[in-house]
Amino acid sequence: MKFRRKSAIESKISTSSMPDIIFMLLIFFMVTTVLREFSGLPVSLPKAERIEKLESKRHTSDIWVSKDGLISIEDKLYNNQDVRHVMYEKRASNPQLTVSLKADQAARMETISDIHNELRKADALKLNYSTKVKVPN
Amino acid sequence: MALRERKARVGAIPEGGMADIAFLLLVFFLVTTTIDMDKGLGIILPAEGQELEINKKNILNCLISASGNVLLGGEPVEIKNLSRRVKEEIRANDKLIISVKAHEKAQYDVYVEVLDQLKLANATRISIAETE
Repeated sequence: MKFRRKSAIESKISTSSMPDIIFMLLIFFMVTTVLREFSGLPVSLPKAERIEKLESKRHTSDIWVSKDGLISIEDKLYNNQDVRHVMYEKRASNPQLTVSLKADQAARMETISDIHNELRKADALKLNYSTKVKVPN
Repeated sequence: MALRERKARVGAIPEGGMADIAFLLLVFFLVTTTIDMDKGLGIILPAEGQELEINKKNILNCLISASGNVLLGGEPVEIKNLSRRVKEEIRANDKLIISVKAHEKAQYDVYVEVLDQLKLANATRISIAETE
C-alpha cells in the first residue's frame, strides 16, 4: 500500500477582509466617542457607595463648584444668581437634561443650596451629585 | 524613428496602505474615548412652588452641623451607623420622609455621605431642606 504524501496545507489567515474589520471597529469608536468639551474646575470629588451611572453624556450638563464656592458652567464663571438663566436655556433645548454637579468635597453647603434653588427655578430637576466610587469595607 | 505604442495605464488605488490608515484612525479614537462614565448619586429636586404639607410624625429630621456632626431626630448619630438607624425607622413607619437639612457652613462631603447612607438604607423619600 502506497502512502500518498499529503500536500502541505496552506495555513494562512486571510488578510483581505482585515480593512473591513478595522473600519467597523473604527466606525464604532467614532460613533461612541464624545470628545471632552470643557475642562472645568479642579475639584476632588467626594466618595459614595450607592452610585448610579449617568445615562448619556449627550443629555448631561455639568456644573463645577470649587471649594472656594466658584461656580463654572462650560468654562465660564457665574454668580450664584445667574445659574438659572443658563440652565433654563439648556433645559428648554433638551427636556431630558440631567445636571451633573461636580462639587469639591470641601465645598460649603450654602453654595450647593443656592444651586439647588437655581435649578428648581430653571426647572432642571434631575440632579446627579458626581462622586467617586467608595469601596465598601 | 519608430513610435512606441503606449501601454494603457491602469488606474488603481493601492489598497495595501488602507489597513494602516484605518488602524491609525482606530488607535486615535481608542485613545480619545473616555470609558469612565460619570457616576454619582441621583436625586430629583421638587419643582418650584410644590411644597406639600406633611404630617409631622412622618418626618424624620436629619441635621448636619457646621462641624460635620449629624443629628437624626434630635440625637447625635455616627455617619456610618446612619443607614442602620434609618432602616429601623423606616421599618417602624414606611411613610417616613427623611428631611436632610444642612448648616450653610457644613461641608459637601458630609452631605454626600449622608445621602449615600440614606440610599443604602433604601430610603426613597428624601427631602432636601434649605440650609440655615
